[in-house]
Amino acid sequence: MYSHGSESLIKQAREIQESELQKFYSRLIKLLQEKEHGHETIDSLQRLRLIVSATKYTRTLPPELQKRLRLLLSSPVEQLQVLSSAVLRETLPLTAQKYGQDGNSQLNSHTTALLLSQAESRDDLSALCTQLLRNLDNRTSEGPTHLLLHTLPVVNTILTYSPESLTEDNIIILSKKLIDWLRYASTTQGGGASSGGFFTGSRSRQPLPTAELDGTVSGDFFTVLCVGQGFTEDQWMNVYSFSMLRHWLLTFHFVPGGTVADTDDRSEIDGSVVSMVSVTSSTGRLLPPKERLREKAFQYCQRLIEQSDRKAQKKTDTELQKACLVEAVCILDCVCLEDASFVYRVFPCIKALFGRLSSDLTFARVLLPVAQFYLNHGELAAVECDCVWNLVFGRFPTELFNDPFLAHELLRFLRLNLENVQLRVPQYTRYFPNLLKFLAWDSPAVIDDFVDLLPSMVTSGTSLELLHTLLDLPCLSATLLLQLRSMCLPISDSGGRSLASMDAFRNPSFRGLFLFLLRGEAGTGDTIDRLSTLLELLSEAVDWPRVIQCAQTVPILLHIFFNTVITVADRTLLGQVLLVLLERSSLLLNIPKYIAEIHRVFSRQLTKLCKLHPSLVIDQSHELLEFAGATSNVYSKQEIYTHVVLVLGEYLSVSYDSRCSVRLITSCFETLEAVLFEITSSAPLPGVGCPAPRVITTLMSALAKLASRSHDLIPRVSLFLSKLRNVSSGGTVSWCDDEEDLVSIVTLGEELCALLKTPGVAQSVLNPPAHVTAPRWHQDTNVAMPLQLRALTRLTQAHASHAQHAPTSASHHTST
Amino acid sequence: MVIVFVIHTVCPIGALAPGESRVLYSRIFGPDEALFQGGQRQLNAEERRLLSAEKLAVVARQVQSAVSLRREASGRPLVEALPGEEHLALQEADSGVLRLRCGDPYWQEVSALWLAVNSLSFVMLCEPHENLLLAEGTLRNLARHCLEHLHMLGQGSEVLLKSSRVDVLLSRLLPHGQLVFLNHRFAQSLEKDVAAYMNK
Repeated sequence: MYSHGSESLIKQAREIQESELQKFYSRLIKLLQEKEHGHETIDSLQRLRLIVSATKYTRTLPPELQKRLRLLLSSPVEQLQVLSSAVLRETLPLTAQKYGQDGNSQLNSHTTALLLSQAESRDDLSALCTQLLRNLDNRTSEGPTHLLLHTLPVVNTILTYSPESLTEDNIIILSKKLIDWLRYASTTQGGGASSGGFFTGSRSRQPLPTAELDGTVSGDFFTVLCVGQGFTEDQWMNVYSFSMLRHWLLTFHFVPGGTVADTDDRSEIDGSVVSMVSVTSSTGRLLPPKERLREKAFQYCQRLIEQSDRKAQKKTDTELQKACLVEAVCILDCVCLEDASFVYRVFPCIKALFGRLSSDLTFARVLLPVAQFYLNHGELAAVECDCVWNLVFGRFPTELFNDPFLAHELLRFLRLNLENVQLRVPQYTRYFPNLLKFLAWDSPAVIDDFVDLLPSMVTSGTSLELLHTLLDLPCLSATLLLQLRSMCLPISDSGGRSLASMDAFRNPSFRGLFLFLLRGEAGTGDTIDRLSTLLELLSEAVDWPRVIQCAQTVPILLHIFFNTVITVADRTLLGQVLLVLLERSSLLLNIPKYIAEIHRVFSRQLTKLCKLHPSLVIDQSHELLEFAGATSNVYSKQEIYTHVVLVLGEYLSVSYDSRCSVRLITSCFETLEAVLFEITSSAPLPGVGCPAPRVITTLMSALAKLASRSHDLIPRVSLFLSKLRNVSSGGTVSWCDDEEDLVSIVTLGEELCALLKTPGVAQSVLNPPAHVTAPRWHQDTNVAMPLQLRALTRLTQAHASHAQHAPTSASHHTST
Repeated sequence: MVIVFVIHTVCPIGALAPGESRVLYSRIFGPDEALFQGGQRQLNAEERRLLSAEKLAVVARQVQSAVSLRREASGRPLVEALPGEEHLALQEADSGVLRLRCGDPYWQEVSALWLAVNSLSFVMLCEPHENLLLAEGTLRNLARHCLEHLHMLGQGSEVLLKSSRVDVLLSRLLPHGQLVFLNHRFAQSLEKDVAAYMNK
C-alpha cells in the first residue's frame, strides 16, 4: 500500500534542486500560456502540487506562475480549479493580493476554499461572508446550482472560527433562508437520474412526489430522509441547511440581532404558498426570524424522529436514520435550552423515542443525546429519569464496553456534564465498577477521560472498594476478554489452543469470583476472600497485550486516587487505606513490571499519608510492625519495606502523638533489631540475593532514631553497630556483595555511634522539629521581615566591626 | 465541522524513526486557526504554515500509536488486502476515536476519528460536539472512494500523483469540512458526478 516508489517521490519533491525547479516553473508557465490545457498541463500541475506540499517549508512561486494559476481558478474545467486552488493554498500569496473579491463575481467552491485558507483577519472573513450571501440573494434562478451549494458550508466555517464576522443582517438573511429551505423545499422529485449532470433537474417531466425511505409516498414536507430519482435545488439546500442547523442554533446567539419581528418578510409572505399557515405565533404576530427558525427546527426534528421509525430499504439509510436521530435530539435540546417553553412540547416526543429505542442496544449511541436531554430538562418537566440512568450507567458499559465510539461518547457526556450528573444522579458513583470496564478494555483510548473523571468517583463511601477495583483492573481486563471469547466460542470448540483460564471461567465453582469482577455496581463488598485463587486462575493472562496495556495505566490512576482520597477521607478511613496498601502489596496479578510499579506508588503514597497524618503510624502500629517484622518482606517488597521502616523510625515519637509509649518504641526497636540482625548475620538463602543496602541503612537509622527517643536503648544499638563494624572490617561479608556499599554502611554505623554518645545532640539531630525540616520562612512575611532586617543589620555591622559575628544558622533565627 | 482530513502511514518506514508517520495527503478546512487565537497571532504566514504542518505530524503520530496499540490488543494477525478487495479491507479495518485535549495540539479540544486500512490511516479531526455517527459514516465512505479511485491497495503512488481526486471527493462528500446528511439517493447522485470527474 505504501511503496518505496511513493517514499522516493516524496524525497525527490523535497530535495529538488533550485535550478531544476526554476526550469520546471518556466516550462509550466509556457504550458499555461497555451489556450488549451491538455494532460501534460494537468500532470505538471499535479507535480507542482506535490512539490509544494511535500515539505513543511513554504516555497515561493514566480509571480508570473502565480498569476497564471489564479486565472485557472475560474477555468471551466474543474480539475484546473482544484489544482490551482490546492497549489495556491500551499504557497504564500503575493502582498495585498485578493482573488475575485470584486464583490460581484460568483465564487466557485475551490476559489472560496483558497479565500478561506488565506484569510488574514476577521474582516476578510466578514467580507467573504457578505459577498456569498449577496450572491445567494441576487442569484437568478437559471444560474448553475453548484455555485450556490458551497455557501452554507463556508458560512458555517466562518461561524466556527469567527462568529463575530457575521453581521446582524447576515444572520437575519440566513435565518430566513434556512426557514424556507428547511420547511418549504419542493415535495416533488427533481429531474430523472438520466439527465446526468450535477444535480440538475429538468422540470419538463411530469413531477413525481418524493418518497419515504421505506418506499411510501411522502405525505409531509421534504427532509433529508426523503428520496427521489433526482433532486431539485431547494431539496439540496434543505440537506445542507439541516446539516448546519445545529451549529447555527448553537452559535448564532453570539451575534446580536435577529430578535425583532420584521414586517418586510419576503420569504414567508410572498415566497411560499404553504407557509402562510404557520408563520405567526398564536397571537397573530409575526415572530422574529430567530424564534421562527427555532419553531421550524422543532417541526423538522419531530418529523425526522417519525421518519426514523420507517424500515429503510438500504443499509446505509438505516445508519443515516440513526445519525439523524442523534442530530434531531441534539437540536431539540438546543432549542429547549434557548427557549424553555419548548420543553413541554418536546418532552412527549423524546419520552416516546426513549420508550421505542431503550430495549435495543444497537441504538445506544442515539440514546446518549436522549439522556442528555433528560439531564438538561428532566427536572423542569418533572420526569422520572432513573430508567435512563440504569440504562446509560448500567446496561451500556456492561454490554457495550468494547464499542470504542460508545465509550468515547459516554465518557465525554460524563466529563461535560459532571457537575450536573453529580447533582441530579447522585447514584452515579455507585456505577464505577461498570464504568471502569471501558478502561479495562481499551485503556490507551480512554485513560485521558478517566484522568478527568476518576476524582469524581472517589468518595468516603467508595474509596476502599475503588482502590481494590483499580488494583484488580488488569484482572478485569482479562475477564472481559474471557467473557467475550466464551460468548463467541461454543463450549465444545475451544478454538485450537485451550485456555486454562477459559475453563476456569466456565467452571461453576469459580463463577462467583469472576462475577464479582464483572459486577456492575459497587456495594457488595470491597474485595473477595479468595482473591489469591482468582489471581492464580488468571495467571496465564499476564502476557496478553490488552492486560499489559491496562496494567500500565493503573499506576497513573492510583496516584490520582490517592491525591483525591486524602481530601475526602478522615483519619479512620485513611488508616484502612493504609492497611489495604500493606495487604495488597502481595496480592497483585503477577506481571513483574506491574508489581514493581505498584510497589513504587504504594511506597510514595505511604510516606505521603503518614507525613500528612503522623498519628496513622500509631493507629496502625500493630500492622506496620507485623509487616516490618517479616524478614521475607525485605527481599520480596524491598521498596515498600524500606518506606515502612522509614515511617516507623520517623513518626513513632511522642512529639507526633502523645499515645506513643516507651513500650511501643521498645517493641518497635526490638522488631527492627531482630530483622537487621537476621539479614546481617547470615548469608541470604540461595536464589534470593543480598538484601538491598538501602534497607540496611534505613533500618540502622530507624534504630538510632528510636534509641534517641528512649535512651535505655542506646547501649543496645551502639553495641549492635560496633559489632557490625567488627564483622565488616575484613572487607567482605556474605550479605553485601558490593564493596562500596559495605563501606557506606560501615561509615553510617560509625557516624550513628558517635552521635549517640551525646544523647542530647542525637535527639535534636535525629528528631529535628517540624519547622526545621519544612522551613517556610520565605513564605511568611511576618517571619521573613525581621529576618531580612537582622541579616541586613548584621551585614552592615560586620562591615563596621570587620566581621566579628559570623552569621548563625537559619534555624536559630526562627525560634524568635 | 471537520477541521482536517489526513491520510498517513501507520507502518514502519525505513527513512523515519520508529513511531513516526508519513503524511500523504492533508486538507485543512477553513482559515488558519493560529490567526484567531491569542498567543499565535503575531506569526507570519510562513510560520503559521510550518506550525500547522507540525500539528498534523503530531496528530499522525498519535493516531499511529492508537492504531498499533489497538492492533496489538486485538491480537488479530494483519492480513494485507489486495487491489480489488476494497470492500473486504474496509470491513476488516480498525477504527476508533481519540480525544486530543485542548492545546494538544489544537487550540480547542478535538476528536480524531481514525480508520486504519492495512498500512494507511484515514483521519478526520472533528469538533468535539460533532455528530460522530455521521462522521463515522462519512469517513468510511471517503476511505472507500479513496481506495477505489486512487487504487490505494496497490503499489502505485496515485495518492501523491493524483491527489486532486481526493480534493474532488472532499468537495462533494465533505464540502468545506461540513458533514452532510446524505441518503443513498443523494449519495448516488454525487457519486455519479465524482465518477464522471475521475473518468476525465
